[in-house]
Amino acid sequence: MSTLEIRGLKVSVDTENGPVEILKGVDLTIKSGETHAIMGPNGSGKSTLAYSIAGHPKYQITGGTVTLDGVDLLDMTVDERARAGLFLAMQYPVEVPGVSVSNFLRTAATALRGEAPKLRTWVGEVKSAMSALSMDPSFAERNVNEGFSGGEKKRHEIMQLELLKPKIAILDETDSGLDVDALRIVSEGVVRAKADNDLGVLLITHYTRILRYIKPDFVHVFADGRIVEEGGPELAEKLEANGYAEYVSK
Amino acid sequence: MSTLTTNYLTPTGREEAWRFTPLKRLGGLHNGTFKLATRNTLALTGSAPAGVTFERIGRELVSAESATDDVIVGRIHEAASEITVLKIAANTELAEPISLHRLAGGLMDAELSRVQLRIGANAKATVIIENSGDHLLAEDIEIICEPGSNLTVVSLQEWDSKTIHAGRQHAIVDRDATFKSIIVTVGGDVVRLLPTVEFKGQGASVELLGVYFATAGQFFEHRMFVDHLVPNAKSRVNYKGALAGQDAHTVWIGDVFIRAAAEGTDTYELNRNLLLSDGARADSVPNLEIETGEIVGAGHASTTGRFDDEQLFYLMSRGIAVEDARRLVVRGFFNEIVSEIGNAEIQDRLMTRIDQELEKAGAQ
Ligand SMILES: Nc1ncnc2c1ncn2[C@@H]1O[C@H](COP(=O)(O)OP(=O)(O)O)[C@@H](O)[C@H]1O
Ligand SMILES: [Mg+2]
Repeated sequence: MSTLEIRGLKVSVDTENGPVEILKGVDLTIKSGETHAIMGPNGSGKSTLAYSIAGHPKYQITGGTVTLDGVDLLDMTVDERARAGLFLAMQYPVEVPGVSVSNFLRTAATALRGEAPKLRTWVGEVKSAMSALSMDPSFAERNVNEGFSGGEKKRHEIMQLELLKPKIAILDETDSGLDVDALRIVSEGVVRAKADNDLGVLLITHYTRILRYIKPDFVHVFADGRIVEEGGPELAEKLEANGYAEYVSK
Repeated sequence: MSTLTTNYLTPTGREEAWRFTPLKRLGGLHNGTFKLATRNTLALTGSAPAGVTFERIGRELVSAESATDDVIVGRIHEAASEITVLKIAANTELAEPISLHRLAGGLMDAELSRVQLRIGANAKATVIIENSGDHLLAEDIEIICEPGSNLTVVSLQEWDSKTIHAGRQHAIVDRDATFKSIIVTVGGDVVRLLPTVEFKGQGASVELLGVYFATAGQFFEHRMFVDHLVPNAKSRVNYKGALAGQDAHTVWIGDVFIRAAAEGTDTYELNRNLLLSDGARADSVPNLEIETGEIVGAGHASTTGRFDDEQLFYLMSRGIAVEDARRLVVRGFFNEIVSEIGNAEIQDRLMTRIDQELEKAGAQ
């Protein structure tokens, strides 16, 4: 049983005109097995929240705390946070030229498990993770995210989620840019990861359609750098009908 | 003092071709103040396969195929009494590469080494030249590609730390021939190489690839000249370098000349540098001269940058420690070219060397 606890989180980014506050005090608690949807308009700070928790150097934490099972995450380097059990599926996964997917995955698994996975079982593990997401085996030999389509990048992110088995996963707009089939395949991957590892999920999305596949226990409306309303799945229905206008105008 | 008689204009460092080179560290190769060694260290690894000869021939029996305006190459042509000639007979297809290496050399006196690689019409081969140890070496390799041949030359500068190496690798590429050069420079004190190409016949295609990694105090210069003299030839240049440590200095010059007669030329050159620390300096100068507008394409790009924070973040967000993430990124950066060598053992060795250079840099 794991708990990610975010308390009063304030975050700024540096701009030409000095620091600008993006997150203005975020409170959120995510436990193993729970799915929390964060929904909000573009530019409201959803990715900033995701990146800040993962430790991206661009974001300055100016207040608040983030802990995983009581341990301060903000004090850790990016890799330490991952090894503590955090995973971020990125909105825009990064290309790493010249580094093959298979080399990348093996290096990551070695880091997270503390020892190199046994070659024989590892090959099978990767193969089945890839086929579960309808990825061609030739993907393993391609360079990380290089020349991947938008959908392929997202499948690759969720394949890592299944393979690396974190405690808490943040999925930043994993649904964006996916066609109906890809959305179903990717969502099923998340549902499997939840079932297999009792994963806690923070699902960031702009649209409600992914919530048909991944049922949220809690829905949080995000606007202007903070959570402005919270509820159960019914809140998503309301957003579907009314949009974000009500929150943006505030 | 050498006993050379020709009165060369000794470079002063103000000449375009010499403006980056630390002349004081050249062991006198540029001004003739070296002691001429009698050794000839280039050797064949193993035995010559059928269709291949490797021999030393008196200079009077071989005519120079190319002219030069490089003072060091000029001295070699004058001083070397023997020429080492590797010949691949016409129509020979070699499945395995031919390997050459350098025997023990020395730093007290200078070896002036003149080499010809000649591949006959429609033959296909790969030649690998492995350089290691400490040498004071001036070297001219003429590479003669006869019509329809296909030659890859891999030149590995895995020198020890005191080596001074100035050389030219000059390819004369005839009709419909394909020539690929891969130059790797990861060791030595001063290495200055001139990969140059002279197109002799139409329909020829050349690829000049290279990687270099300079750490504290090392100077590595790679100065290409691709001369499109004839129509319908294609050239590609792609060099990648990394630098780390105080006064690590690399120079890449990409001179491409498309002459008036060279209609239908297709050329592109690229140089990328990865600066891994402060105090290092990468000079990168692409230079395209075009005398005809009737070409297929001509372009160049040059970039010098630091680690991409987004790449490191992505890797680290998967639990990979920062040193391992850096190593992956650097290996990936070089992999595009190293993987072209096509020999797993050498590729692994070079990647390990690159890891070591990176570790050295990290320790500084
Ligand atoms: N480097 C930056 N400089 C200035 N503003 C930034 C920078 N990065 C993000 N922002 C701003 O922060 C806000 C939140 O961005 P983001 O977290 O990406 O929103 P979302 O993911 O909800 O669309 C936006 O208004 C964006 O313009
Ligand atoms: Mg976003």
